[in-house]
This record gives sequence, structure tokens and C-alpha cells, in this order.
Amino acid sequence: MKAFNEPDEHVGRFYIRLLAAALFVLLGWLLLAYTLYSLQIRNYDRYQTLAEGNRISILPIVPKRGNIVDRNGVTLARNFVAYTLEITPSFVVNVDKTIDGLSEFISIEQKDRQRFKKFFRDNRRLDSAPIRTRLSDEEVARFMGQRYRFPGVDVQARLFRDYPNGTLGSHLIGYISRISDHDVEEIEERGDADNYLGSMYIGKSGVEATHEADLHGTTGREHVENTAGGKVVRSLKKEEATPGNDIELSIDIELQKVAEAAFGERRGGLVALDPSTGEVLALVSMPTYDPNLFVDGISSQDWNMLNEVGVPRDRLNKPLLNRAVASAYPPGSTFKPFMALTGLNAGKRTLTYKMSDPGGFSYGGHYFKDDKKGGHGVVDIYKSIVVSCNTFYYVLANDLGIDTIANFVGQFGLGSLTGIDIPDEKEGVLPSTAWKRKRFAKYGREHQKWYGGETISVGIGQGYNAYTPVQMASAIATIANNGKRMRPRVARASIDSHGKREEYPPELVKEIVVAPEYLAAVQRALGDVTRFGTATRAFSGAPYHAAGKTGTAQVYSLKGGTYDKSDERKRDHSWFIAYAPVEEPKIALAVMVENGGFGAVSAAPIARQVIDAFLLEKRADKPAPEDAGAESEDEGGDDHPGNGARVRQGGNAE
Amino acid sequence: MSYRRRFHVQQLFSAVLRPLDLPLLLILFALLLYSIIIIESAAPKLLMNHLGSISLALLGMWIIAVIPTRRLLSLAPMFYIIGIALLVAVNLFGTSSKGAQRWLDIGTVVRIQPSEIMKIAMPLALAWFFQKRERSISWGEFLVSAVLLFGPVYLIAKQPDLGTAILVFSSGFFVIFFAGLPWKLIIPVVLVGMAVIITIGVAGDELCQQEKWPGLKSYQKDRICTLLDPDRDPLGKGFHTIQSTIAIGSGGFIGKGWKQGTQTHLAFLPERHTDFVFAVLAEEFGLIGGLVLLGLYIALLARGFIITANTTSLGAKLLAGSTTMVFFTYLFVNIGMVSGILPVVGVPLPFISYGGTAIVTLCLGIGILMGVCRNKQER
Repeated sequence: MKAFNEPDEHVGRFYIRLLAAALFVLLGWLLLAYTLYSLQIRNYDRYQTLAEGNRISILPIVPKRGNIVDRNGVTLARNFVAYTLEITPSFVVNVDKTIDGLSEFISIEQKDRQRFKKFFRDNRRLDSAPIRTRLSDEEVARFMGQRYRFPGVDVQARLFRDYPNGTLGSHLIGYISRISDHDVEEIEERGDADNYLGSMYIGKSGVEATHEADLHGTTGREHVENTAGGKVVRSLKKEEATPGNDIELSIDIELQKVAEAAFGERRGGLVALDPSTGEVLALVSMPTYDPNLFVDGISSQDWNMLNEVGVPRDRLNKPLLNRAVASAYPPGSTFKPFMALTGLNAGKRTLTYKMSDPGGFSYGGHYFKDDKKGGHGVVDIYKSIVVSCNTFYYVLANDLGIDTIANFVGQFGLGSLTGIDIPDEKEGVLPSTAWKRKRFAKYGREHQKWYGGETISVGIGQGYNAYTPVQMASAIATIANNGKRMRPRVARASIDSHGKREEYPPELVKEIVVAPEYLAAVQRALGDVTRFGTATRAFSGAPYHAAGKTGTAQVYSLKGGTYDKSDERKRDHSWFIAYAPVEEPKIALAVMVENGGFGAVSAAPIARQVIDAFLLEKRADKPAPEDAGAESEDEGGDDHPGNGARVRQGGNAE
Repeated sequence: MSYRRRFHVQQLFSAVLRPLDLPLLLILFALLLYSIIIIESAAPKLLMNHLGSISLALLGMWIIAVIPTRRLLSLAPMFYIIGIALLVAVNLFGTSSKGAQRWLDIGTVVRIQPSEIMKIAMPLALAWFFQKRERSISWGEFLVSAVLLFGPVYLIAKQPDLGTAILVFSSGFFVIFFAGLPWKLIIPVVLVGMAVIITIGVAGDELCQQEKWPGLKSYQKDRICTLLDPDRDPLGKGFHTIQSTIAIGSGGFIGKGWKQGTQTHLAFLPERHTDFVFAVLAEEFGLIGGLVLLGLYIALLARGFIITANTTSLGAKLLAGSTTMVFFTYLFVNIGMVSGILPVVGVPLPFISYGGTAIVTLCLGIGILMGVCRNKQER
């Protein structure tokens, strides 16, 4: 104080400032203390939750997918472990360079690269995808030696799906493939997203798709502590996954093999059922494809091959199309037994009714011809089926009217989904006045009107009629089962990982009300088709008694043109529906051969082989012969009244 | 023999301790001990380095404390000029790191940060200046001091290093304030500042839509905007603030326990041993740990104010008062930023954060306070 000659006032001012500063500090200090209190006491719960959310993440444990086996326990789909080389692009600077680098010591083909890119196109949520699958042990070892050079690339042990029978029953078994954006949407719609957290594959077709829920299993969860970088530090809690159930099919894969072999190179579909339960014994769609192609992600080369890129439209084989359930064809004369029952049931025909077949039926200025010149003589219900008389059904259809036909025949499941557990089933067309109005709703009133001539074509299974093989198989099985229609189904039991078996009980869809004597009469006539009728040749020498009906469905409407036999694609579709043994039916089936020509020639011998194989355990693995010298053929038909009905000569069945 | 040795040890001890202020020393040791405990949790591998820095800092503190404040003040112009020269040099040929040009390489070994020198040189220079003009402090003096202050602050802010610029500014500003900067000047500035803060608080969203703000680098604008709404960019610029508030908040009353902080040890917390070390402390030791630290700080500041009040020379008063207020600036800006009430600027937590430069500078500050305190006693 002495040293400085300061006025007291000056010193006082300094102390005021010091006090102001101290006050400022105190306020600041209190603000900080309050902030801490606010964060750590008032909002503790919130931040605690956030910190836990940071720290803990839930890792899905993907369940093992269930196997698919046939009725005898033969494996149709199973899993195996293989190594995949996977790239996580977010950790990789230049994906293409990385792949180039990898290909120096691991074989990576062009199609592997294409497939890798396709994964990300199909599913934008994907983190990583395999560049190579099924690495050999040696390749794994080679990669491990170079691993440090490739951050973001890793070898993973993954479960792969394997279809040991290859192309056999591919439409039936189906396949699994990588989950696509579209699948993700569907899974989210079902509210199943949690269960698919870690899943990479989903059933896309066949039993793999319809029984996805059973086969997939329940995803487990592991709660882990992880760092900010996502590195797992330790496991906190683990809920194991529940493996998917095995699915046991009612299919007999040996029978399936016989049936596919019987088709040879021909295109078509076959469905064989146990009429009393609806169990499907064989379900064939030819040609087939190898479902194993899809498992690792299909290469664009294979995809183009299966989708027949570059093949002219009228020459497509459509191997991916499941002809057994997803493709409808006019039934041709196989429709007649159902027409007969309709006529009897409606009281328009009696068991004693007889008519004379003059060789055709005149309606509205148009002459619907029979396939036999001069007609079949005197025809009753029985003979009309055995010899497949068209005239009888032209007249019957005209007497019944289209809606009576549709109402009764609809009970057999024709024109509606059978409910088989195979995806993409089509309804086909059961024509009626209501159907036509709806079908042509977009066109004028004229187009919606039903014409009497159209009914006449329907009477012999032509016209707008179109049914899938599974519908026809179910319909003939219903006749065999005395009017009880069972839901066709491919899977008959699911077996959980502890071996607990759950049967899928047979399901009665409809019991058709029809007098037993009418049914018996039609059954008797069908039984004689193989003895004295159109399928006599195909079933000659059979040690059992089969019932059946041939059918030949016109594909190509000859608008006044001539039938050109040389063009295979213009030939008629060949049908055969059957059941055996007549006394106590064990198998009912429908066979359809695309452009197979006469039903008796092409389809019936296939049916014979399948029934032989099933009843006699005869296992011939070669194509059924085309029975060129078949006794007789039925009908022709007409797509549109007014066109010249094709007339074809056939031998007499009786 | 034994008597002789004890005598020597005692003599040595008193010789070493005599220039030091015991209360300040005890508080400093408590803080440094706390720091060691926290760094052992946050970055155990760096603990030995940290101990090394602390030793160096204590030595520096002792040297400064021994030098009489008068002598220190007389050296101030030289420090200031050297500081300015180095700042200019760093702007011309400095080394860049993390987008800022802050370091000056001398040879290949020594790397100095001239802005750090300014933290000491600035209050010294201004205190020296006002002491010289003691009898005639008036508008002219404040104008000159403003130029002396804003020149270096501008150079530092330009590097850019907003954190250090704030600290250097506050070190000089508080000297000017204690020297009697007219309230007429202070109050309007405070009002304008408050207006700016309120404007940003109310209309921040629209302002943040704009590309650039006048006078600020875009990353500085982003930091302010991120403070207003950390969720704007939760994985980018908002990440630091979000994660540090989660760390503090989830610490609760008693904390998760030493080395048990999940935010810290699972690497969610960025810069956890340097600028964000307070979040580690608050996560692991909870509100109690935070208040202990705040208690130590208030004790430190109180001791600083007492020393300021008790000294007689104007230069020493200004120097001690400013140093105390700079400590406060450090801790307020740092804790404020880590707990989410201030934007993210590079200011360490005083005496706790890992980092040799900061610890040495801060301990030199303690040394200045001790020197001021001793001079008063001697007089």
C-alpha cells in the first residue's frame, strides 16, 4: 500500500470487480452443478436406457431348417455345412479390386461376380454377400494365409440346402433362395420380421414355400455386449433357436421317379392321389429343373437358361411352370363322366335312357359332328362313356343348359382351387353365364352373352373349359371315393426336433349329394373303358381292374384350316384320368400330356405305368410307349361354335 | 550422522516448499491424484506418459513460483513479442493436423504450439502494461490493450483453434476487466452476447439451414447447430455430445464404478482421455464424483481469489485475478461442452485431461498464483 500512491477509491473499485467476478464464477459453478443434477438424477432413467441400448445388442441365432422326406423316409431336401467367402462392401474400399485380388488364389468365375452383384440388387438391406460358396478346405486355407490383405472379407461356415434327387420332383419340393426385397415386404406384412432377423433364405416354391413356417423354425436370440464398433465383448443371455420341423410328404419318390420317367421328353403334368385321404402320391410337371441351382443364388446364365431367353414364344418349354397345379387345359372327353352324372342327377337322363346317334347334332344352323362317321348307333349313359360318344353329350349339354352343368360339376372342385399345399395353384375355368359376364366385363354386352352353341362345346370338355391336372385328379378321386372330395395335400406330417410327430389329418372338402346308383353306373362305365373302351390297349394284361377315361383336347382352333400333324405344338393335349383298383381304389390320377395327341395313345400308357408301379411295385424307369395302335379315339371338339368341328376317324370301341 | 542427514532433508524440504502456497498445493495434488485415477481408467496405457507430464508440470510450476512476480512482469514484453512472432510463423509455415495449422516444427524433434505460449504471455503482457500506466489508466490504455489482446486472438482463431482463442481471449480480457474496463463498455457487450444466444436458441433451426454464417468457419457453425439439436447428425458431429451426455446421465448418483463405465470402455465415448474425460469421471463416479471435482475447483478458485485480494501490486493483482478466471473459463467451457450446454470446442478439463501441454500450462498458472502469494508475504 505504501509503495503505491493509490487512492482508496481505486482499490475499492478493484474489490467490487473481484466480487463481481466471484459472483460470476459462483453462478457458472451453480449452472454446472445443476446440469449434472439434471442429467444424472432427473433424467437418469432415460440415459441409463440409452446407455444399455448402446451397450447391448441382440444377435439372431438362425434356426436349422427342417428336412423334407417322402412317405418312406427318403430325404428330399436337407442341409449341409459349407464354407463361403463373404464380402461386406461397407468395409471394403474397392469391391472390384478386392475380388480381383481374391481371384489370384481362389477361383472366382464371371458368374460368381454377377451373382454377387445380383444379391445386392435383390435385397438392398443386405450387409454382406458371398462371392464364392462351397469352398474346398484347401481354398479356405489359402485364403486364411492372405486374410490380412482383405479387410471386410471373411470365411463363414453356412448351412446350405441340398436336394439330393436333383431334378426329380422339383416342382413338388420346390427350392429356397436368398430373401429378396419382395420377400422382406411379405415377411413384414405377416409381422414375422423378428423371426427372420438373421435368416438368409426363404422357401420360394413347392413344399419349401407352402410349409415355410414349419420348416423355418424359430429364431433364437443372443444378447451380447458390444463396443461402439460393433465388436462383441461377451454374451449376456442366450435363447436358443428352435430348429424347423421336418416335413414328411405323402409322396412316394420312387413312384414319382417312375412317373417322370414315363413322360420321357414329353411336356405335361400328372397328379396321383390316394382317393380316400387326398394324399398326393406323385405330382409331376415336365420338364423339370434342378432346384440346387437356386440355393446359392442362381447365376444369370442359369436363370436365362431356365427362363428360355431367346426361345421363340411358341417353342417355350417353360420348365419353371408347374403344370400340375398352375396350368389349366381343356379337359376334352375326361369331362364326360361328370356330364353324365350331371344329367342323371338333374333328371334329364335316366339309367335306361337310350338315344340313337346319327353321327352328329345340329344346333343353330351348325352341325356338331361325332368323331365316328355315321355315329355310334344306340347309345345310353354307359356306352356314351365307354366309347366316348360326342353326340350323346352335345344333346345332353343342350338339354341341361350351362348353369346346371356348372353348378353340379363345380362340386367336384373343377374351376376352383383344390387347396393343395403347393403354391401358385390356378383356378382354371368352369364356364357359366355368370363367369362369361365377369370374364368379358370390359368388352361389350354382346361379348358377355352366353350362346347355346357354347354349351354344346362345353358338353364334350371343349370350349371355355380349362382345368388343372390336380383339379382333374381330385375330381376323378371324388368319383372313386363315392362322392367324398378330399383336399389334395402333399405333406402328411411334421416332425419336430425331438421326434414328436404331428399328423395333418385328411380333410373332407365336400360330400357330393348324388344317388349312389348313378355314381355306381358311371363307375361301372369307367371300369369298362379299360376293358372294352378307349383305353383297352393301354391296360391290356393288367392284373388289376382299373377305371379310366381318355380325353383329347383340341389346342389349336382350325379356322377352316387343315390339321397339320407335323407341327407338334399344334397337336391336341392328351388326357387320361383313372383310378384303381376298381373294387377298392388305392390310387386316382390325372395325366395330361401337352400336345400328346390322342389320350389313349399318349396319356393312358403313362397312367398304366404309374398304376403298375404303385399297385405292383413294378419300377420301370423308361418312358411309356406311345401306343400308336390304340384302339380308338374319342371326340374332337370345338372351341367356337360356328367353326368347322374337326372330324376324326377312330376305331369302334365295342 | 542421522541427525545431520535429517537436518539436510529438512532443509531441502523447506527450501523446496517455501516458495509454494500450501493450500493451493494441496488442492492441486488432490486434482492431479483424481486425474491419475481417471486416466488409469480411461487410458491405462498412457498413464506413464501422464505421470511424466505431471512431473514436468510440477517442476515448471516450482520454477515460476520461485521467480519474483516483478521479474516475471518485466519479462512479459519479451514473451509477448516472441509469442506473436511464433504465431505469425505458424500461420506461414506451421504443420497442419486435423484440419488446423497449430504446430511449429523446430528441427525434427521439437514441436511447439505458439498459441499455448500466448496463454501465459498474454495476461503477463497486459498486466505489465497496466502496471506501467497505473496512474493514468484511461480510454487510451484500454484501446491499446484491446489491440494487444485481439491481434494474437485473431491469429489463433485463424489457425483455426477456437478453444485456445477463447482461453487466450479470456486470459487477456480478465486483466482488462480487473484493470477497470468501464462498465459502460462491458454491459452492452454482455447484452449483445445474450441477444445472440437467445436468437440462436429461438431461430436456430432456420439459421442452421443456411450455408455459412458471417465470421465463423463452417465447422464452427456446425458445432453450434449440433449443440442445439444433436440428433441432427447423430453419427457425425452430434455423436460426441450425444454419447457424452449419455455417459454422464447414465452414471446416476453414485456412478457405475471405477473402470466400469460402459460408455467409456465400450468405446462409445470419443476423446475419452482428453477433452471428454469429464464424461468418464461422471459415468464412473456419478454425481458424487462430479461434485467432488466441482468442489475441488471451487476451492482452487476461492484460493485464487484470496491471493488476488491479498496482494498489493496492481500487476500482481491483475495477473492473479486473470489466472484464476482463466481456470474457471477452462472448467466451465469444458464441462459445459461435455454435458451438452455449450458447443464442442477444444478445451481440456483443467488438471484432469490427459495432454502434456495443457497440464504444463495450467501448472505454470498455479506457479504464477504461488509467486504472487509469496511476494505478498515477503513484503
